[in-house]
Amino acid sequence: MATRKTSGLRSWLRSGEPWVWMNAAAVGTSILAVIGLVGLIAWNGLAHFWPHAIVQLETGTADNPVILLGELVDTDTTERLQYEEATGDGALPEAQTTVTRVLLKTGNRRTAPPDFRWVYDHRINRISQPVDAIVIERTEWGNAYGFLESVRDGDRTVTGVKAQEALARAIDFAEELRENIRDLQQAELQRVNAGIEALRLEDRRIALSDRSPTDKQSAHADVAQRRAALEATYATLERELREHINRFQGHEITLRRADGETEVIPLANIVRTWQPNAMSLAGKLGHYLSSVWLFLSEDPREANTEGGIFPALFGTVMMVLLMSLLVTPFGVIAAIYLREYAHQGAFVRLIRIAVNNLAGVPSIVYGVFGLGFFVYFVGAGIDQLLFPEALPAPTFGTPGLLWASLTLALLTVPVVVVSTEEGLTRIPRSVREGSLALGATKAETLFRVILPMASPAILTGVILAVARAAGEVAPLMLVGVVKLAPTLPVDGLFPFLHLDRKFMHLGFHIYDVGFQSPNVEAARPLVYATTLLLLTIILLLNLTAILLRNRLEQRYRGVEG
Amino acid sequence: MTTSNGGAADTSSIQDQSTSLKVLDWSLYYGASQALKSISLDIPQRKVTAFIGPSGCGKSTLLRCFNRMNDLIDDVSVDGHILLEGQDIHAPEVNVAQLRRRVGMVFQRPNPFPKSIFENVAYGLRIQGGVPRGELEDRVEWSLKMAALWDEVKDRLKESALGLSGGQQQRLVIARAVAVQPSVLLLDEPASALDPISTLKIEELIHQLKDNYTIVIVTHNMQQAARVSDLTAFLYLGELIEFAATEQIFTNPSKKRTEDYITGRYG
Ligand SMILES: Nc1ncnc2c1ncn2[C@@H]1O[C@H](COP(=O)(O)OP(=O)(O)OP(=O)(O)O)[C@@H](O)[C@H]1O
Ligand SMILES: [Mg+2]
Repeated sequence: MATRKTSGLRSWLRSGEPWVWMNAAAVGTSILAVIGLVGLIAWNGLAHFWPHAIVQLETGTADNPVILLGELVDTDTTERLQYEEATGDGALPEAQTTVTRVLLKTGNRRTAPPDFRWVYDHRINRISQPVDAIVIERTEWGNAYGFLESVRDGDRTVTGVKAQEALARAIDFAEELRENIRDLQQAELQRVNAGIEALRLEDRRIALSDRSPTDKQSAHADVAQRRAALEATYATLERELREHINRFQGHEITLRRADGETEVIPLANIVRTWQPNAMSLAGKLGHYLSSVWLFLSEDPREANTEGGIFPALFGTVMMVLLMSLLVTPFGVIAAIYLREYAHQGAFVRLIRIAVNNLAGVPSIVYGVFGLGFFVYFVGAGIDQLLFPEALPAPTFGTPGLLWASLTLALLTVPVVVVSTEEGLTRIPRSVREGSLALGATKAETLFRVILPMASPAILTGVILAVARAAGEVAPLMLVGVVKLAPTLPVDGLFPFLHLDRKFMHLGFHIYDVGFQSPNVEAARPLVYATTLLLLTIILLLNLTAILLRNRLEQRYRGVEG
Repeated sequence: MTTSNGGAADTSSIQDQSTSLKVLDWSLYYGASQALKSISLDIPQRKVTAFIGPSGCGKSTLLRCFNRMNDLIDDVSVDGHILLEGQDIHAPEVNVAQLRRRVGMVFQRPNPFPKSIFENVAYGLRIQGGVPRGELEDRVEWSLKMAALWDEVKDRLKESALGLSGGQQQRLVIARAVAVQPSVLLLDEPASALDPISTLKIEELIHQLKDNYTIVIVTHNMQQAARVSDLTAFLYLGELIEFAATEQIFTNPSKKRTEDYITGRYG
């Protein structure tokens, strides 16, 4: 009986079935881990934009009541002992072994700090959700929570029921005004500024040139004249801008805080307001979508802990696209040379090993190389040659978009080389011979037959390169990514694409918001939201490339082998 | 040595005809192993010459010498001369691409490009350049008709050539080779993948092309060789055993090995 049992076990082991189970378990675990990770990020990131209910907590003692108003953000539970040691409070009921507390985002950072508070459950006397509680999102000092007292537009003050309508009107007015101001600043003032800067450089170029003194003098005079004209325009524009800003004067709203005090908030600082407790589900959904949109399309505020992430999103995509444009031709040409033209000897084998090993070099090393070679050597050289008038201020001799893209292109070139080479070797000899036998030269064969057939493999390489480059942060910090870039690398000013500018990047933004910000609690949901966005971007970039590759593969299917 | 002399002697009856390809004392080595041994023969213009012989005897290798396809293989060394219309094809001033335009080739296995049927046939013409669009279409149609494929594909010229059957692909690559109008056409077992009807079509094609082209065909099919060729060369282990008018080879071979092979005693 016993022997039969063991032999049954042994034959089960021999059948290979345990092996299959082990494989399935490993795959299952990996998939669960990925789903869990993405799920966690998605939940935390997406929940942030939901208009959470505002609760009013009454705590404190009867003769010293404290009323707090805000959003519930978090709860946690601690052991009784820890609680007692931390607070010195010995009045807990005997039976209670754990203590629960909630984190309330109370906002009002300027007038009633701090903006996040932990409140112990057992100290809360009353919880309510006042219907008329309002959240005000501001350009400075974060959100404000309270009740709308009055709205002043110009010289009229509206209170009571009418205040709601007045507020809506005021917000519209502010939005329009802000847009005008932004237009003025970004389009007109920036252009004039760039013009003045260009003239300054022209002036220096004239001074540095080897023209005759009289010639120089007249050239300087000409520049000065044009400059005076621009400066006059600038002055007018500035006056116009100030007029616009002045129109905000007298527009403000008064907020009654939970502690009974009132607070005046200038309309100029208000982004939007909402009353979550009074919202219907559809209203909340609308608010949610507009929050997501603002997050995607706005500039960051308040040391990146508020507002949107548009510049980082734009910078990431821009950098990855530029990197792909650089790495594809470079990697493909290198692979073609190695596979098609170079004599297949020990030297080429050595190069191939070196290329493969490059993929294993830590990315920060590439950053250091990029800084030392591209920025300080190539960039400085370019400045000497092309932009001497701007020196000692560097133009390309400083970290920027071009150098970051080039550094990442270098980092990912092995991937493209390896997969292109693989594609080239897979093309059957008979197809090459067919082309050559028709009188095509080697180069014609390469361009008309071989490369189109290898294009799926090339794209696979680019996909892998993009996936790697989009997630890379460490080397970028050395060669062009900054915490806050004043301008996008693309704008309406000639030459439109500014390769020398520094830029923002989602990966670095996550690090900066999460670990370098003064307000960790406020930043946490943004970290998740930004991470989710980075994941989505990588996914979208990859998906595009994969779809493209599949289409190409379909076209060439059946030739291989 | 003796065999190559014999081969040359046997062709004396057709020496009066102008020679297209003249092979003189030609040897070829793959590394150290000799695949062709001192072969000499004259391939006349506007005739069909068939190469027969057991598998591995060097038929394809010899054929590939005529358009210098063996240049692509590493470690091949050659000795001797091959003259195309009097000119040594290995002379330094010869442009290999141009040589291959004059000496077209159809390979043992069909190798269409992963392009449309039209583009496959037009490929050689596009490489040459200077063929206007309208003429290109005419030439493609003409070539496909020559290869007896036009009726089957005229409605699907834009479709991928990879969707064609093996036999259709074989005729497509023949059309592709014919399109550039070479003066010599090398066919390496062009009918090995074809059904009897397609084979017949190919043989008709060869008959037709003979008026304008010099054709060299490799085949394992004795009947086919007998049907289509004017001259037949029998190769064995890299040597040219016998080269003579087809009729003579099949009715009255002068070498015992030839007779043994033809009567099916080996190979
Ligand atoms: N690329 C190559 N490298 C080395 N040896 C080769 C190569 N190609 C052919 N050979 C050898 O040369 C000899 C002649 O080959 P070839 O292909 O010319 O034979 P074949 O007569 O065409 O045979 P088949 O009728 O089977 O096509 C064979 O022994 C073959 O193994
Ligand atoms: Mg062969």
